[in-house]
Amino acid sequence: MTSPKAKSLTFQELILSLQTFWAERGCVLQPAYDVEVGAGTMAPETFLRVLGPNPYKVAYVQPSRRPADGRYGENPNRLYKHMQLQVILKPPPENVQELYLESLGAIGIDLRQHDIKFEEDNWESPTLGAWGIGWQVMLDGLEVTQFTYFQQCGGVDLDPISAELTYGLERFAAFLQDVDSIYDIAWARDPGTGKMTTYGDVRLAEEVQFSVYSFEIADVEKTWKHFELCESECRGLLEQYAALSKDKSADDGNPSNKKRFPLLGAYDLCLKCSHLFNILDARGAISVTERVGVIGRVRSLAVGIAKAYVDQQHKPLSEDKERIGEQRPNLKKKLEVAPTAL
Amino acid sequence: MPDFLLEIGCEEIPARMINAGSEELRDRVGKLLEREHLSATGAISSLDTPRRLSVLAQGIPATQPDISEQITGPSVSIAFKDGQATPAAHAFARKAGVDIARLERVATAKGEYLSAKVIKKGRASGEILSELLAKEIASIYWPKNMYWQRPSEKFVRPVRWLVAMLDDEVVPLEFDGVRAGNQSRGHRILADGQVQIPRAGSGYIETLRQVKVLGREDREQQIRQQLDKATRTISAARWREDKNLLDTVVNLTEFPYVILGNFDPEFLELPQEVLVTVMRDHQKYFAIEDVNSKLLPHFLAVLNTDGDPNGIIRHGHERVLRARFNDARFFWRTDQKHTLRVRTQWLKQVTFQKDLGSYYDKTIRVQRLSSWLAEIIRQSGMPLRPGIIHKAACLAKADLTTELVKEFTELQGIVGGLYVRVQELDPDLKDDAREAIAIAIYDQYKPESMEDSVPRTLEAAVLAIADKADTIAGMFALGLQPTGSKDPFALRRQANGIVRTIAQKTLPLSLQQLFAYARETYRGSPAEGKFSRSIDYSVAVREFFRERLEFYLKEVDKDKFRYDVVNAVLAVGSDDVVDAIARARALSSVLHLPEFLAIAAASKRMRNILRQAAEKGIKPAPAFDYLLESSHEEKNLAAYVQNNAAKIEAHRKSKEYGDALLLLSTVRERVDGFFDKVMVMVEDERLRANRLALLDTLLKEFSTIADFSEIVTESQESSKQ
Repeated sequence: MTSPKAKSLTFQELILSLQTFWAERGCVLQPAYDVEVGAGTMAPETFLRVLGPNPYKVAYVQPSRRPADGRYGENPNRLYKHMQLQVILKPPPENVQELYLESLGAIGIDLRQHDIKFEEDNWESPTLGAWGIGWQVMLDGLEVTQFTYFQQCGGVDLDPISAELTYGLERFAAFLQDVDSIYDIAWARDPGTGKMTTYGDVRLAEEVQFSVYSFEIADVEKTWKHFELCESECRGLLEQYAALSKDKSADDGNPSNKKRFPLLGAYDLCLKCSHLFNILDARGAISVTERVGVIGRVRSLAVGIAKAYVDQQHKPLSEDKERIGEQRPNLKKKLEVAPTAL
Repeated sequence: MPDFLLEIGCEEIPARMINAGSEELRDRVGKLLEREHLSATGAISSLDTPRRLSVLAQGIPATQPDISEQITGPSVSIAFKDGQATPAAHAFARKAGVDIARLERVATAKGEYLSAKVIKKGRASGEILSELLAKEIASIYWPKNMYWQRPSEKFVRPVRWLVAMLDDEVVPLEFDGVRAGNQSRGHRILADGQVQIPRAGSGYIETLRQVKVLGREDREQQIRQQLDKATRTISAARWREDKNLLDTVVNLTEFPYVILGNFDPEFLELPQEVLVTVMRDHQKYFAIEDVNSKLLPHFLAVLNTDGDPNGIIRHGHERVLRARFNDARFFWRTDQKHTLRVRTQWLKQVTFQKDLGSYYDKTIRVQRLSSWLAEIIRQSGMPLRPGIIHKAACLAKADLTTELVKEFTELQGIVGGLYVRVQELDPDLKDDAREAIAIAIYDQYKPESMEDSVPRTLEAAVLAIADKADTIAGMFALGLQPTGSKDPFALRRQANGIVRTIAQKTLPLSLQQLFAYARETYRGSPAEGKFSRSIDYSVAVREFFRERLEFYLKEVDKDKFRYDVVNAVLAVGSDDVVDAIARARALSSVLHLPEFLAIAAASKRMRNILRQAAEKGIKPAPAFDYLLESSHEEKNLAAYVQNNAAKIEAHRKSKEYGDALLLLSTVRERVDGFFDKVMVMVEDERLRANRLALLDTLLKEFSTIADFSEIVTESQESSKQ
């Protein structure tokens, strides 16, 4: 067992430093999303916020669960659940790369002493109908960050574009502390006693138990049922929203009906489907042929939600313009009339 | 004359795209200058790094030359009435910018017209460039483009700065909101922010060097020198040359530096294929080997910085490699828990192609097809062990279920081969048989590219051909053959692989039979129900392979045959690869002989006569007859053909095509004599039919090896010009 370098940041100090750094640069700090996700991108703070026209800057730590990557706590580099620090800059500032490099300085990495490269790596999530262009950032040969300019999300072309920075927190911590196993990372150090709590102390049991659950114990039939329940409820919500959009009188009479419609709830259900799929996959319950089909089902939910969400974000007037293209001249007339009416 | 410099500053451009993008930019600037009469008197050179594409054009005119142009106006009869200039004349004079009195008159077929010489003033080059360059930048082709702001241009990565200068003056240029200036940027880490470019010109390269940015050749040279230098610290060692890897690291750095790292020698227990893949594909490290090509526990990493005085970076790279190797070792050990034999059953769960079934189904088909192939090749007397092929085919795809292949997909086949070496198979299996099976599985995907070698052994070649033929047969039967630039299953590459393997192993195979049998192995399977009804399978496969063989003969074979030779050979047949090559080789060897060229010319003539006769419904006699009226030349030729036919046939049968052609060439004098003296299309029907019969026999004799009428003779070549 290697022991962590005494002077380097603990895991929690690493998180605090990065959060502070981004907060000082105008980011909203959010806690992690409380539904299981496979990646920080799937949290609504990314998936939904990058849609639509409103600028936004946010940073949050997102525990990301990938059941198939579980190794019962025995592999020093692979985890059932790992932590990402996710930063969304919408739109990206001109100096976004420089900002990122500065953030490395904030966690004690003197770039003059290291080798940093931006190597092509385009991110794509078939489950989310999302993709982007970017790099994996290599620090002394270690992939530490995924840097992506989102191009499409939920099948929707993005305008404005968002930059997504995903820091692999365990990798950074192991790198900074120079330990070979994730479990040896110093998570915290008691300032009073100097007593160290390791990553293993905090998380090992979780890794073991969730590996056992995902690979051995999860009840396949019940998990499928959960999946189907979540899927059907999500689909039902999307249908209701579609009906609301079609029903013109409801819209005109009370546009807030659409505004208050729980698409966010629908998205939670979609996330649950995605996680349940991952459990079934790890459990070996999904054959290769089925796999593509199930991914397609989750994607159709995600895409449906993204489209509805974009619609919901629109201001009522522009929303009308979008929907009833042919009637645009009339709308214009209304606009022209308005001032005299005042 | 001023020098012109353009630098497009970008966020990191993907390494694989830099060379082509840079070249295109240089071409575009060159062509733009040419189009605008601003051609550089000096060189147009480019410089590129991950963060910039630059073009330097030395000595371009400061302004375009004035261009004088003669323009024609109204006819004199309209321009002048009663000796007075009409409004039409005035208008034309205004347009031309000259006095009416100075307008010229030109005589045309339609009468006399007014004319004037106008001088189109050349514009300043800076003006032209600032107007037209943005469009050229936006038009560069990138395999993948992106937006970074909207609304915006698309480019390979965000453009962050532009330098555009004529000598020391900025060319006002704007691309997607970025204004050109004289400020470039140095190395991301080693230099501080912006650097001023004092003037366009050769000093630019020096300015960049000072801020730790090197051009491509300099980077490559620096890397090579440092790889050598770092390797010299280890005795009797060399770094493993790898052109692709070198190109990649050259394009990942602006200022390269090489470090030597070490790994625990105990990892050398893993096969070197695995170690090298991890180092090369995942970490972009060069491997180090001893004089016997055996891997040594060191690696070379190319950094994008100028040193590592405290070994911090080396330590980091060693740490990452250790984790990677640990993973690989873990996968290797885990994989041994289930033998390939067991894993073959697991292939039932792995889809090969959605309509063609699982990899298990494929395994069964390939087993049948390779056994059939083995039998044909064995019968031809080639030394080959069918039992090896059968076992190898059975285990060939099992490695697709291993952790190691899932992690390192590029190792498919190779991993299977390696596992055969270490796993328990048949207890009776002898060591040499085990090794032969391992090689067959190891080499089954070969050749994977034009540069790759073909499978090492006959058994491996058979398996490799059967595997590819099975894929091609299934796809063609489904109607999924490649069209145009679309070839998602890389069927062309696989077909090229089949042709090359057959050629290099000189396998006596009929492609038609091979694909008929490959189709046969699908009979009765659910896949067959999905097969296309609209496609003529055997015709499609034949056409496809004719093209592949044509490509092979023209581009791949060491002789790189002339196109007319290839056409002549393939016109006679494209089913037997080895035979086609032999015929092409023989044909090429006689091309320089005047006798042969005369025969080629005569063939054309005979073919034309026969065709014209056929068009008129005139049939040749069943056979040539020595008639009383037959001329001396006619009989002479017929006798010669009769006397030599058997010999030619014998040569042909034993594939001595060169000898056959030489013998055929000796008929030249008699053919010439025949055409000099004898008229074929005479009135006398009997005589005519008899002569046609002679020509028909002779042409058939000629055409068994190649269609000589395809051969382009010198006279044709010159008449074309």
